[in-house]
Amino acid sequence: MSQTEEDKLLNEVTGKSYEFGFTTDIESDTIAPGLNEDVIREISAKKNEPEWMLEWRLAAFKIWSEMEEPEWAHLEYPKPDLQAISYYSAPKKKTELKSLDEVDPELRKTMEKLGISLEEQKRLSGVAVDFVMDSVSVATSFKDKLAELGVIFCSLSEAIQEHPELVKKYIGTVVPQRDNYYAALNSAVFTDGSFCYIPKGVRCPMELSTYFRINEAGTGQFERTLLIADEGSYVSYLEGCTAPQRDENQLHAAVVEIVSLDDAEVKYSTVQNWYPGDEKGKGGVYNFVTKRGICYKRSKISWTQVETGSAVTWKYPSCILKGDDSIGEFFSVAVTNNMQQADTGTKMIHLGKRSRSTIISKGISAGNSQNSYRGLVKIHPGATNARNFSVCDSLLMSSTCGAHTFPYIEASNPTAKIEHEATTSKIGEDQIFYCQQRGIDEEEAIGLIVKGYAKEVLNKLPMEFAVEAQKLLTISLEGSVG
Amino acid sequence: MLKIKNLHAQVGDTQILQGLNLEVGPGEVHAIMGPNGSGKSTLASVLSGRESYEVTDGSVDFDGVDLLEMDASDRAREGLFLAFQYPVEIPGVSNMNFMKAAINGKRAHQGLDPIKGTDFLQKVKDCASLVELDGRLRDRSVNEGFSGGEKKRNEIFQMAMLEPKLAVLDETDSGLDIDALRVVSQGVNAMRNSDRSFIVITHYQRLLDHIVPDYVHVLSEGKIVKSGGKELALELEEKGYDWI
Ligand SMILES: Nc1ncnc2c1ncn2[C@@H]1O[C@H](COP(=O)(O)OP(=O)(O)OP(=O)(O)O)[C@@H](O)[C@H]1O
Ligand SMILES: [Mg+2]
Repeated sequence: MSQTEEDKLLNEVTGKSYEFGFTTDIESDTIAPGLNEDVIREISAKKNEPEWMLEWRLAAFKIWSEMEEPEWAHLEYPKPDLQAISYYSAPKKKTELKSLDEVDPELRKTMEKLGISLEEQKRLSGVAVDFVMDSVSVATSFKDKLAELGVIFCSLSEAIQEHPELVKKYIGTVVPQRDNYYAALNSAVFTDGSFCYIPKGVRCPMELSTYFRINEAGTGQFERTLLIADEGSYVSYLEGCTAPQRDENQLHAAVVEIVSLDDAEVKYSTVQNWYPGDEKGKGGVYNFVTKRGICYKRSKISWTQVETGSAVTWKYPSCILKGDDSIGEFFSVAVTNNMQQADTGTKMIHLGKRSRSTIISKGISAGNSQNSYRGLVKIHPGATNARNFSVCDSLLMSSTCGAHTFPYIEASNPTAKIEHEATTSKIGEDQIFYCQQRGIDEEEAIGLIVKGYAKEVLNKLPMEFAVEAQKLLTISLEGSVG
Repeated sequence: MLKIKNLHAQVGDTQILQGLNLEVGPGEVHAIMGPNGSGKSTLASVLSGRESYEVTDGSVDFDGVDLLEMDASDRAREGLFLAFQYPVEIPGVSNMNFMKAAINGKRAHQGLDPIKGTDFLQKVKDCASLVELDGRLRDRSVNEGFSGGEKKRNEIFQMAMLEPKLAVLDETDSGLDIDALRVVSQGVNAMRNSDRSFIVITHYQRLLDHIVPDYVHVLSEGKIVKSGGKELALELEEKGYDWI
């Protein structure tokens, strides 16, 4: 395939990937006075960026200016006021608290239930920590070890300065600027994020965790992550944490791009617990994320996510299975409670011969929440003998919540094998009673049943995440049977 | 141990138990027989605190405490066990985690620390061998994909693990083959002692050949209509319920 043909195909695929779930015939916000070319030049200048980066941002801005804000069939929320946003602020310094006593007691209670250590609690809630010698040395040896292997793991800003050739080569190749409204906005104004490069043939010996990086620079509202696994390499990457994340910024529009070159394997695990707002949904975070990976020959990308937070979540981690024999996987547990709304799922775009994908989605809805799975499996004409297996289960915890499943299948090659299973069940009163009769109280019973239900997905998480994620599920559903 | 007085209970608008009286002393085994739909399982559900069953009159005293005041899990923690007529499947929850949660729920209620891993494993081993529960079943999800007989065996395994004061066995014999019936009965007999009582709900004498009751009662239309010794069961087997 020639370069241009390839690009065309890629453009075709990526260009329309986010068209689902919204119509475009609505009134759009005019460009906010808070955002114009000068602001973008300023952001770029403050970050001391090279000319090409500025040009790229400006191009994105131009595209975004011509786009309309999307509206989705199954999400309802007041449109965030993009004019009220300040697009550049120096790396956020949280007001430092003197001791844990100053932390919101609700937040502390949750962290305790999650079993987060005192040190960690302090760090997460912005209490000044006297760095213990130990943790400094751990972080240092971690960095030394990575450097030895040639693994680059730093902030995206740093990468733009130190490794411009890599950033320039890959940024926007998986999620182009014009991909969707929020991706375009992110491309224009992103402030920082993570960058990761695993050299050829290297097996990254530890889980790369944003935990380490968050220490150095606060995560922003428009975060951008670029992860490149060079030929034959392997990496497991963890994003987020189980502790509830509060933020004065209501809108979060992140972009994650993964490039998995020939024979590489990337495991990307997310635990997302943004503040969902109060019981009425007030004050919660809107999380509009564009995550996508591209797999070259015989390479593999696995997305695993546990989503419990946000007032509104809109997120479809996807794989473009470009190479022959490439593999894409998506394992997801999405919990919604109270007034939360989640519209999440995945897209598996099969281009390569014998490319395979697996989708396991477990939705759990409680309270008055709405939980939608939206997935696309697309088999292109050239993808001979492609296979997909999908399971979408929904568990209802109340009679006032909603679960919706929208599986789209487009197969343009007759050899494709696509299997899809979907179930919806209400949490069994019988099951709860059975547990209670054995001396397990109602809350714990629900926890057990839900963990059992989500087990297939939880098992895919790296150990250090799995235990906390299980507790998180239970906590998210507290007091939610009805 | 258990004093049921004038118990009335309903589901929705249907009155099912209509003035039931029963006293069970420590160490006693009482068999309850009676036609289909007479209210035997309902009695078991009401005793164990199932919420859809509403008690409209009467009282139940369990070892000096008011049973009806407690919620289902507290009744269990106080030592009431129900072997279900239809055990429930809980996919993805391993039998072992389930039992550990159950035992620790009871221990917490008693102010004890969670059970030690080695003690737990030893207990599992002992109880599993008591009812010859297959090792593979122990490691699977609770009742998931178990055969009817395997589920019943698992109920008795759980009973052995939880060492209740009072166990209600609701048609534990149904679905068991002849060998399994013998094994399960032996397990129950091994657990009989002067403090532990049993209410055995069954339709057939063959179970009572193995688990010999001290008393036999006939439940009909929500009431105990006849009580007697173990001979009563033989008489029922022979003559049916019509003569009562
Ligand atoms: N949840 C329920 N809703 C409506 N009716 C019920 C319910 N539970 C029990 N019943 C009714 O109450 C009556 C007693 O039922 P129960 O299950 O207690 O009978 P049983 O004596 O255990 O019968 P079997 O020998 O067939 O097990 C039946 O008529 C049954 O249909
Ligand atoms: Mg019955």
